[in-house]
Amino acid sequence: MNALLTEPFLVSLLFGAVTAGLPLLLAGLGEQISEKAGVLNIGLEGMMLVGAYTGFLATYHTGSFWLGFLAGGAGGMAAALIVLFLCIRKGLNQIVIGIAITVGAQGLTSLLHFVQFSRSYPRLPAAPILALPLLRDIPVLGKGLFSHNALVYLGTLLVVVLTWVFRSTYLGLSLEAAGNKPAALDAAGVDVIRTRSVAVLCTGFLAGLGGAYMANVGAGLFVPFITGGAGVIGIVLAMLARGRPLWVLIGAALFGASLAMTTALQVAGIDVPTDVVQMLPFAVVMLVLVIFARNSMLPPALGSPYVRGER
Amino acid sequence: MTGQGTTSDGVATEGVATEGAAGAGFAATLLRVLIPVVLALVAGGLILLALGKDPMGYYGYVLQRSLLRWGGFQETLTRMAPLLLIAAGLIVAFRAGLWNLGGDGQFLLAAVASAALAPALSAWLPRGPNLIVCMLVGSLVGALWSLIPALLKARYGVNEIITTLMMSFLGTSLANVMIKLVLRDPDTTVPQTRSLPVDDRLPRLFGTTIHWGLLLAILAVVLVHLMMTRTAFGLRLQVLGANRAAAIHAGLRVERLTLGAFALSAGLIGLGGAVEVLGVWGTVRADWNPALGLLVVPLVFLARFNGYAVMGFTLFFSALMVGGESAARRVGVPQHYVLVLVALLLLFLALVEYLDQTRRKLKGA
Repeated sequence: MNALLTEPFLVSLLFGAVTAGLPLLLAGLGEQISEKAGVLNIGLEGMMLVGAYTGFLATYHTGSFWLGFLAGGAGGMAAALIVLFLCIRKGLNQIVIGIAITVGAQGLTSLLHFVQFSRSYPRLPAAPILALPLLRDIPVLGKGLFSHNALVYLGTLLVVVLTWVFRSTYLGLSLEAAGNKPAALDAAGVDVIRTRSVAVLCTGFLAGLGGAYMANVGAGLFVPFITGGAGVIGIVLAMLARGRPLWVLIGAALFGASLAMTTALQVAGIDVPTDVVQMLPFAVVMLVLVIFARNSMLPPALGSPYVRGER
Repeated sequence: MTGQGTTSDGVATEGVATEGAAGAGFAATLLRVLIPVVLALVAGGLILLALGKDPMGYYGYVLQRSLLRWGGFQETLTRMAPLLLIAAGLIVAFRAGLWNLGGDGQFLLAAVASAALAPALSAWLPRGPNLIVCMLVGSLVGALWSLIPALLKARYGVNEIITTLMMSFLGTSLANVMIKLVLRDPDTTVPQTRSLPVDDRLPRLFGTTIHWGLLLAILAVVLVHLMMTRTAFGLRLQVLGANRAAAIHAGLRVERLTLGAFALSAGLIGLGGAVEVLGVWGTVRADWNPALGLLVVPLVFLARFNGYAVMGFTLFFSALMVGGESAARRVGVPQHYVLVLVALLLLFLALVEYLDQTRRKLKGA
């Protein structure tokens, strides 16, 4: 048992939890914006994957991690454009298009990667780390939490920003109205289609950013299907959080910690099947749902297109 | 708003098309499917050209391999069995307005359960009863795995998309844990369940390589379609799917219907897992996850929850998978290309559907 309390174990657990949790956080926050505005974005996984690919490619060719993040965000936004045109503007089924985006992204990124790199998987250099002054000197926490790529701190800051946007800005109010009663928003003179479009583009950017972080910082390379269900977890987190960014952060930390647990346990020399540990967060959430069963309170207009004048 | 009969130029309106009527309606439906297929193939071909491959060569090879050659055609049909059973399960849930997106977990756990049970029981039971028991257990396991989402939805209205997705993750991990820790065959290096001898698997159909699971799957799809469109139970489920509040006001027992629809849906998906294992593999390896659940969802949507139309889409998809896998080795186009093609097909089908509807609306107005 003592092996679990050593510094290397705790540091690797914390560090891994943050590294694995950040993509979930970014994607979950992105999905939250969409869902608030009434768009069920099932293609989140695909947007992450496109972001992971474009982000990796940009960093691989330019050597700049910031350009990689930007390219990842842009890639995710490009995938989000499909949702924008087909689902928001044309009112096509969001679940069908979402699955098309995920399946298409899986196929296209794998195909393009194969054409460019065949079966080799070039590695990127280690990502730059920004250790926060003072905080970095705290034992265990300093190395585990405060010595990360700068995107980690920006992502955490985003939780605060989004909480403020949702709670006390006009934009936040519009987003909420677009999901709860789009007709009322329309009557108030705000363009529902435009509000939802902005929301989905934000989602695409954040999901792509999360994917790029996953490939460039987390793994240091791109392999086909690298996101491996992170987008689905992001959707679950957003739904469970009921519109509150802080809950996405808590959820992302929980899932990130359990993903990191397996590697950390190996560092400590304890052999537990990865599957058992990976079941933990899902089991916990299901248990919570069973005990405190209640409605997840999704926006009433979630998933339905808005057509002016139609009831 | 909704269509009545056919418009002047003989294009079927919504009500007719969903029931798959003969004549003009059928022709229009066929056209509505063929146009997107052609568009998807053309767009996919352009991608192949851009990658420096020969599209005609690729398509020709896939077509020949999966449909024109007898061996490949049998493989395509065999591959359809689990897809059809999953589709049948999804039709029940989707028509009842329940988003059962946890198919992968239900499928895998049922596969593992039947894979573990079949070799153990084969010492006691003759082949036929053994297979039947294992398939029943598979369906039961699948149905049980949907019980918590079903109860949460029925009692408390908890969104089933989250719960089924989470149970799916849990199920895939649990299946691996069971194989690695409990059901592992001690004689193999790769963790897998004890293999069921070929003689004890599902019998082949009339001297082909296709197993009986295909007939079972076709039967299931037809029965589900008839149940949903022709029986009182099906009508109740449709009402539930169309408007939950209306169903409650009409005095339907919504809780029971929800539980029933979930059990039936997950049970059929579980049967799919059992059939795939008992008919093809005879064992389940750790980390095996065909992840068919998500891929079948769009097929069911495109078929507009119509059982007969689903068969066509499944055949097409199955042929693509079989041909694509082989083409990856022979023509040098990675198998992932099939995913691109499926995505293009989805986009074009949705687009054509949209254009068709706007055209009809403009005419109606």
